[in-house]
Amino acid sequence: MHASSVVLILLLLGVTVLGFWAARWREKGSLESMDDWALGGRNFGVVVSWFLIGGDLYTAYTFIAVPALVYGVGAFAFFALPYTIVAYPFAIVTLTRFWTVASKRGYVTAADFVRDRYGDRSLEVLVAITGVIAILPYIALQLVGMKVIFGQLGGAFAAGGGVLALTVAFVLLASYTYTSGLRAPALIAFVKDTLIYLTIICAIVAVTHMFGGWAGIFDAAGKALAARPKPATLLLPSQLYFAYGSVALGSALALFIYPHSITSLLSARTRTVVKRNMALLPIYSLLLGFLALLGYAGIAAGIKVANPQLIVPILFQRIFPDWFVGVAYAAIVIGALVPAAIMAIGGANLFASNLFNEFSPTRTATETRIAKILTLVICAVALLFVIFVNPKYAIGFQFLGGAWILQIFPAFIIGLFTRWFHPKALILGWAVGIVAGTYMAIMTNFTANFPLHLFGGTLIGYGPLYALILNLIVTTIATPIFAAAKVGAGADFTSAADYA
Amino acid sequence: MKSSKLWYGLLVIPFIATLFPGLYNRLEPHIFGMPFFYAYQLIWTVFCGVLLAIFIFATREKTDAR
Repeated sequence: MHASSVVLILLLLGVTVLGFWAARWREKGSLESMDDWALGGRNFGVVVSWFLIGGDLYTAYTFIAVPALVYGVGAFAFFALPYTIVAYPFAIVTLTRFWTVASKRGYVTAADFVRDRYGDRSLEVLVAITGVIAILPYIALQLVGMKVIFGQLGGAFAAGGGVLALTVAFVLLASYTYTSGLRAPALIAFVKDTLIYLTIICAIVAVTHMFGGWAGIFDAAGKALAARPKPATLLLPSQLYFAYGSVALGSALALFIYPHSITSLLSARTRTVVKRNMALLPIYSLLLGFLALLGYAGIAAGIKVANPQLIVPILFQRIFPDWFVGVAYAAIVIGALVPAAIMAIGGANLFASNLFNEFSPTRTATETRIAKILTLVICAVALLFVIFVNPKYAIGFQFLGGAWILQIFPAFIIGLFTRWFHPKALILGWAVGIVAGTYMAIMTNFTANFPLHLFGGTLIGYGPLYALILNLIVTTIATPIFAAAKVGAGADFTSAADYA
Repeated sequence: MKSSKLWYGLLVIPFIATLFPGLYNRLEPHIFGMPFFYAYQLIWTVFCGVLLAIFIFATREKTDAR
């Protein structure tokens, strides 16, 4: 067996033990309560939250997909930077406010807030279903990321197309998430990110040394791009400026409304913890930027792959000794397990709290039991999805999920600031947004950029963002109409003091 | 509270600075050997954190200490 495989197995065993042991870490109440199991007791400080939220948002799939996109299209892939920059000034205003109201009123999900704010059960259910559907392909993509690594390792890992290794890894993940709840990914996130930072820093040192600095990498990559059958450059074509900005903005608006972001955010102990994290999390964006540059290092090194997702795994094999390849691969595999666990918990919370439960101010032990079992179900569904469905569809569905989750923006994010929208108008806007987003996704074959023909011109931009704009227009027009028709607008159970 | 509202202006700056690539889509000047397009965006991840830190410091309230 290769040294890389041995190192990987040892590190995976280590985090599995850690995952089970996490049940006893910072134990306060019993793990029977929803706050304790699903939100780690709502008691994480700045450091734990930083690792948890960072480990959650910057997934293994991101670490494989962004360099793959750089390899495929060059400069456009760097929208990942403005995306993960503007997400934070946006979140520091909106999500801090959400954390406050959630902590005062005991919410576990965004749909809990929507139910309380609009007194409308159907709106709550739609928001919850949107979250669950959006999260499933996202978990599946984490498995796709793991599969890439297992395939590259070969041997027993690649047996049966990696299905065996994936199943073992996911059964272990589901078991410790079941027993330890959010504490498991919180603790494992420390390992994940230490390994990720270590790997990237070593990779940067190695490639800059190999090419005599960044100038050498960009020179070689620029020449290779220009020599392609479809020549590209290191800069963005000007007709893609709007697309670049709108993909970044639309993705940033969606980032923090995903159920897994909400789950890790609500586990913070105080509002100050949330705020400080918004200032500290951009460090991960810097890391992501350097990782994206490794895509260029791969091009410069003359690596040619049919599947662009292999660019970083193969680059690691070229530049690292075999045992350290094991460390780097473990970083990516563990990097998939952490967000997958949080996503499963986030999805299970929505099911347990908003689909199965009628409104009850005190959360029962039954709710936690349902959430725990659902975590197993969600993991199983994601695993079956990856085993039986072409990964290409997982990527397509994940894109659709992004378009759909953005449609809860008016009810959730705008709802944090104003109760002006009528709940039935929000439902109508949501439906129009979902249909428009899906239509644009199919028309563009599940890629981000939709050519919008408007006033005789064409504006290539992010389809899901166009769908959100349409959603907002419909909601705004329909609100006074529903009010005039005297359709019941539901009750608002929150008060101004809950947000302060 | 009135003066603290102005600090929200800080939060708009990253949007303007990064969402319009026409502002920075060029090769020169190279920074650390990187074309400007790349170096500029990498540097902005750090600037963004600094701006948010200033924002948090300037708008801190007693209730935050909870």
